[in-house]
Amino acid sequence: MSETPILIVDDEAPIRRLLRTGLTTQGFLVFEAATAAEGEAILARERPDVLLLDLGLPDKDGLDVIRDLRARRDATPIIVLSARGDERAKIDALDLGADDYVTKPFGIGELVARIRAALRHRVQQQGGEPVYERDGLLVDLSRRLVRCDGVDVKLSPKEYEILRMLVTHAGKVLTHRMLMHEIWGGGGDVQYLRIYVRQLRQKLERHPDRPERILTETGVGYRLV
Amino acid sequence: MSEQQPHGEPLPPPKPSARGRLRIFLGAAPGVGKTFEMLLTARALKAEGVDVVIGVVETHGRKETAALVEGFETIPLRSVPHGGQCLAEMDIDAILARRPQLVLVDELAHSNAPGSRHPKRYMDVEEILAAGIDVLTTLNIQHVESLNDVVARITRVRVREVVPDAMLDAADDIEIVDISPDDLIKRLADGKVYLPEQARRALERFFTRGNLTALRELALRRTAERVDDALLDHMRSHAIRGPWPAGERLLVCVTSDEASLGLVRYAKRAADRQRIPWIALHVESPRESARSETERDRVAEALRLAERLGGLAVSIPGDRIADDVLAFARERNVTQIVLGASRRSRVFELLNGSVANDVIRRAGLIGVSVIAGDQEVKAEDKHALRSAPRPDLGADWKAYGAAAVSVALATGFGLLVQPYVGLETIDLIFLVSVLAVAASHGLWPSLAASLGSSLCYNFFFIPPLHTFTITDPANVAAFAVFLIVALVVSQLAARVRGQVIAARSRARSTEALYEFSRKIAEADTLDDLLWAVAFQIASMLKLEVVLLMPENGSLTVRAAYPPDDELDAADLGAARWAFDRGRAAGRGADTLPGGKRLFMPLRTTKAVVAVAGLTRESPGTLLTPASMRLLGALLDQAAVAIERLDLSRHMEAARVEAETERLRSALLASLSHDLKTPLASILGAATTLKNYGALIDAPARDDLVDTIETEAGRMTRFVGNLLDLSRLEAGTIRLDRSAIDLADQVSSATARVGPALKQRPVDIDIPADIPFVMADALLLEHVLINLLENAAKYTAEGTRIAIAARRENGGVRLEIADEGAGIPEADLSRIFEKYYRAEDRDRRSAGAGLGLAICKGFMTAMGGDIFAANRAGGQGAVFTLVFPAALVVPPGEAEPAA
Repeated sequence: MSETPILIVDDEAPIRRLLRTGLTTQGFLVFEAATAAEGEAILARERPDVLLLDLGLPDKDGLDVIRDLRARRDATPIIVLSARGDERAKIDALDLGADDYVTKPFGIGELVARIRAALRHRVQQQGGEPVYERDGLLVDLSRRLVRCDGVDVKLSPKEYEILRMLVTHAGKVLTHRMLMHEIWGGGGDVQYLRIYVRQLRQKLERHPDRPERILTETGVGYRLV
Repeated sequence: MSEQQPHGEPLPPPKPSARGRLRIFLGAAPGVGKTFEMLLTARALKAEGVDVVIGVVETHGRKETAALVEGFETIPLRSVPHGGQCLAEMDIDAILARRPQLVLVDELAHSNAPGSRHPKRYMDVEEILAAGIDVLTTLNIQHVESLNDVVARITRVRVREVVPDAMLDAADDIEIVDISPDDLIKRLADGKVYLPEQARRALERFFTRGNLTALRELALRRTAERVDDALLDHMRSHAIRGPWPAGERLLVCVTSDEASLGLVRYAKRAADRQRIPWIALHVESPRESARSETERDRVAEALRLAERLGGLAVSIPGDRIADDVLAFARERNVTQIVLGASRRSRVFELLNGSVANDVIRRAGLIGVSVIAGDQEVKAEDKHALRSAPRPDLGADWKAYGAAAVSVALATGFGLLVQPYVGLETIDLIFLVSVLAVAASHGLWPSLAASLGSSLCYNFFFIPPLHTFTITDPANVAAFAVFLIVALVVSQLAARVRGQVIAARSRARSTEALYEFSRKIAEADTLDDLLWAVAFQIASMLKLEVVLLMPENGSLTVRAAYPPDDELDAADLGAARWAFDRGRAAGRGADTLPGGKRLFMPLRTTKAVVAVAGLTRESPGTLLTPASMRLLGALLDQAAVAIERLDLSRHMEAARVEAETERLRSALLASLSHDLKTPLASILGAATTLKNYGALIDAPARDDLVDTIETEAGRMTRFVGNLLDLSRLEAGTIRLDRSAIDLADQVSSATARVGPALKQRPVDIDIPADIPFVMADALLLEHVLINLLENAAKYTAEGTRIAIAARRENGGVRLEIADEGAGIPEADLSRIFEKYYRAEDRDRRSAGAGLGLAICKGFMTAMGGDIFAANRAGGQGAVFTLVFPAALVVPPGEAEPAA
């Protein structure tokens, strides 16, 4: 397997060093940048598969980096490295098009899992494969088929809508706002969303009170594993 | 002035020791050379190195004087615009700002231009002295208040600008500047005495040899009295036995007569000569209400003058003036009484008796002086504000109407019963009607009724009938007796009625005072108290009231009734002055009398705590002496109440402060422990790996790496808690509330804590019918994570943690129960207190002191609550999150729109 190019943009040298060490062992080709300008240059030159972006950069707001990137129709998966208590910025980053976030301090294992999910998601987007299959859950979007551990599951139209969104962006955190916008066109209430997710879990999870498929990102949104 | 402080004119200044010294150059007349003398003295002091400035000195163009002014620093005069021209006045603010050691202030009796801070220059001087600056000043004897009318009598010129005697009494030094009358007249002839043009003619008549001699004598005597005082003080302070009169007092009776002011001044001089305290007494008779506003003002003015002159002013209710005066005099150990001579006609005195005669006859050992007195020839008195026509005129007509009706009824009834009874009975019927009128309408209507009755009696009943003549001598006697009895009955009944009214009004004010103290005792916050005070005073005295208290260095309106926060700059200035000096200022007071409101300080024994501003829409006198005294009592009570509240608040604040301080140091100690311990482990493990990594076998190496991971995790949580705590304390938590599914929250929190729970299974029991609750998802997750970690910390591996939700009282309760050792009973109430655990060093693990306090803070912020208990049956602690009914989202509303 060829090395996956990955770009780390963070102004803290110790963090970059730690990530380089950790990620190199996992088969990534690591590029580093300490500023947004440097990062954008490497991005254009090296076309990395994943971008790890710290939001607090010295020369430019990380949110603006995301906004500019997506404005250029650059779909490179972005994982935001955020500090604790920065929930607002986290949600903003996701709404602007970031794929995921990890909160500092984080373990390297957690980060690698997120990177792999983001890569998988990218492959899915590119391949256009409309079938999601993972750990007993099968969703075939072209046939509107949902099967859980081999049993067909009947979903209401809204439940299916939500599931379709989650499947299309499997592995990615979908904010409440994104989901509500997609399903109710901007109207609605988080409360409705939570009720539908609860119902979905009743139908799709083995232990609805200990969900393993549709995960809650508290205060942010949901993610399909 | 309070009774306890009869000589209270010079109020204790803020810093008694820092008060400046006052030296007065006293002269008998203008032109004796006071200013010259003052400047010479100042030069000598300046040569000694004293920092001297000139506040104001009038050279009047005299070369000798002008030469002496040379070389002094002069504070420029302030120009005050007045009526199209500019008047130059001493700039008191500039002097206070310059803070010299000594300031020269010429012409102490000068009246300042309208709009100045004080109407009189001597008040400026008082303020300068209070600021700790010494003052040299000049004064002519005719300006001394108590000598004012004596001087007027001698010279036939009344001087309007007067300086209170207290000013002289308070002077540290009085220097008399004396030249012989002949020399003075010569100087005048030589043009060496400056006289203002418009007053020249008047003043030239003043400069006669006789006048000057008398004035000089007055000045010398006044100074000599002072010297006597100084000697006396010395003897007293050195415990020398002396022939000073002990316990004697002089009493002067103040009436609404115009001579009262002169009488008060006379009393002051007489008391001073004998060096005894004196009292000005006014007996408020039931007839008082019948007096005109002008007369009542005159009484008030005389009483105020007495206070200004250092006497004690007292007003008592009473009916028989002579008896009341004597009773009061005996009670107060008065040895001399001064009375004004009656101005009534001899005929009136024969009929009614004279107070003076009564007092003299019954005075016993008390000396009585009756002074004919001077009529105060004050032009402005004639134009003094007259109150509106007496409002009870209508009531009077009604009373007389009632008298007429009553007589008519008696006559009718008499005619009706006449055939059956004798003439004596008819008498009685008429007497009854007179009595009824007297009892219900007072003296004059009843006298009218007496007259009417006698006429009707004569006309209708005494033969010959239907004439006003009486033929039978027996009937003449009967008629005379009837008339006398009717008059006496009128008098007696009216007097009883008057006493009843007076007693009722006294009872009312006593009741009002009691009511007031009860009302303000109910207030337990300062705002409530202030509002109650404003409201009570406003309604009792029919005034508009504002209360100001110092806040961040400036006086601000804290309560007002009727609510009205608008104070203009002039009012605020007066309020400030009243607060700083502890004396009244503003409307009708000595200081800033032009203001809209009168400001009265609320004093306690320690300090001025607040200022009350009083006003009324109608012009004229704001407060009668009686209401002034009532106000004084009210303000005293209010001040004490404010001080009491303030005191308890301060004590509480101090207690909290001390407690916080103790906890803060406990936290600091714990912080350094909590941060250093994991850091030491991490650093130790890392350096071990770095230096000896090659020498250590794999399991030991893993162990070290585990240590680093665990300790770093501990620190992360601890730092996270510290962050939360600081956010809570800074109040920067922004709630983002939405309808929360507790089942979802609990499961995600459990998942997040996951590894830390290790071998402790979590049983979740959240029934499907538990409604959503309004909460901040992130804060609630923090709370749950903290509680789960807490449970993991205090329980053994393998024990279970149970999370259950249930509905209660319309709300929702979420319980997190563990199977640990539980919480000691004594700690249950304090477990959520900030830093609480931090005190208990041995049992604590990192960050434990903060987690529960944060839970409490977050739950409270969200409108919920949290409490701790021990399991009823077995072992273990139970933490319960309470979401009251208000936070519950009604299930009906939770149905999403399709």
